[in-house]
Amino acid sequence: MKLVDLATTIRSKNAGVDHITFDIICRERAKFERVRDSGALSRESVAKLFKVPLERVTDFVVFEPANAVKFTIRRVQPSGCKGETDMFGSQQYAPLFDVEIP
Amino acid sequence: MKPIRIITPTGHLGTTPLEKASFERGCAANPDYIIADSGSADIGPYPLGADKSASNEVWQRHDLEAMLVAARKLKVPMIIGSASDTGTDRGVDQFCGLIADIAAQHGLGSFRMARIHAEVKVAELIRRRKAGATIRGLNGRPDADLALLERTDRAVAVMGTAPIQAALNQGAEVIIAGRSSDCAIFAAPLLNAGHSEADAFFCGKAMECASFCGEPFMGKETILGLVDGQGVHVSAMHPGQRCTPASVASHAMYERLNPFREYVPGGYLDMTNCRYVQEDERTTLVTGQVFVRDSALWVKLEGSGKIAERALFIVGIRDPYTIANIDAAIAWAKGKLTERFGPIGRDYDVFYHTFGRGAVMGAMEPTQGHQALELGIVVEVTCADAKQAEVICHIAAKNLFYARLPNVRGTAGTAAIMSDEVLHARAAYEWTLNHAIQASRADEFFTTRFDTVRG
Repeated sequence: MKLVDLATTIRSKNAGVDHITFDIICRERAKFERVRDSGALSRESVAKLFKVPLERVTDFVVFEPANAVKFTIRRVQPSGCKGETDMFGSQQYAPLFDVEIP
Repeated sequence: MKPIRIITPTGHLGTTPLEKASFERGCAANPDYIIADSGSADIGPYPLGADKSASNEVWQRHDLEAMLVAARKLKVPMIIGSASDTGTDRGVDQFCGLIADIAAQHGLGSFRMARIHAEVKVAELIRRRKAGATIRGLNGRPDADLALLERTDRAVAVMGTAPIQAALNQGAEVIIAGRSSDCAIFAAPLLNAGHSEADAFFCGKAMECASFCGEPFMGKETILGLVDGQGVHVSAMHPGQRCTPASVASHAMYERLNPFREYVPGGYLDMTNCRYVQEDERTTLVTGQVFVRDSALWVKLEGSGKIAERALFIVGIRDPYTIANIDAAIAWAKGKLTERFGPIGRDYDVFYHTFGRGAVMGAMEPTQGHQALELGIVVEVTCADAKQAEVICHIAAKNLFYARLPNVRGTAGTAAIMSDEVLHARAAYEWTLNHAIQASRADEFFTTRFDTVRG
């Protein structure tokens, strides 16, 4: 099953001026546990998906109270610099939709 | 301890207007304070660097008017943080002027207003750096050196609760604060009432974006926070919205690197052991938060500096052959720029934002091989001189029209020109400072002035 069929919220947004943070939230506990325990989402897997070196994934946590998995990627330059493509970091989550959750 | 009720009608005052109906419901719940944050770093480095608001004054006035009229009617204090997006002195003074205008317009009688300035002169930061002070890089940034400070046009310090608590203690009925920690503007009156730092800062964390902590998703609707010694009770005021354990917890992680810690001047809020309980249909109670005090007081600095002037041009491409070979077309266009203006990145920069082919995600885009029916290309040129940016931008875009590809059929132009004009863009700025400096007192970088407003 794809992540988009299990999670009710998949979003990205600036976390300060140097990072973009990603939140994956499931409404149902069972679906959250399936995502959490699948191993499909990890620091390594998201680094690979977004083609960034592992050290740019600065945080990767499971946040139980919100049925959520959250990770944060460091930007290559601060938000809003010349050449900026997504100043709010709000459209970087789409590739997560198709992640296969076994 | 006296239970304290706070309402907030907007998560960023001024962007779009607050919704009146839920605000009135909030006012009817007998709040002790009406509070809103008006700033953000999301708007990019331009507003701070150029010292311009990002919001339209029409909506800033609209929200200040609704809040001030209600606060004076209820005889409760009103607190605004990070005035006019940037929290610079300009923003604080602009909002204070609007408050005086609104008071006069509505005949609100006289009240005591505190303005708290938060701007820090770059020269003062340079002086401290030269004197050996560390200006510590946050979130993995290196510490600031003199070159970085010299590239900074404008800086603000981010205040914690101390200046706001002091202003309230000195009888302020309206507080217009410069750049402030979002949490602190809510925590300040709670600390004055004797509530714990943990509950005070958690209440601020939950409420800072107003109805973003409820579900379903709605902006600009009022949220009520109650702190009574048992924990933090968060309620949605819109009849169609609820604060649930899921919505409050998911907001706790919003826009943060890490959902367990919220840093504020003087320490951090540890949310690892928070418990979220649905109390009634629209209210969630949160307990278990802990505040961890730092031994040293570090104050966050935000700074922005101008990099260059900017110009934009928009072109479209429909020819499937050109779309398939767009990298070659752009490479040819860049080659022509290099011939005439020297290497890209030396005296100027050029970015071909190719919408339909990786413009949004750039290097982070994992999906390859999809060919779009059309491409929209925004050509961005930056250069120290505005006229020269315009000249280069025009050629950079027109070179796509004249691009030489070996098998192109359309020999009367390889791009659609939406309008043959260079669009003037705001100058390019850079977030130079995302740093912290050690302070000896919590109010060290902040100055408060009191005025009596006579409406």
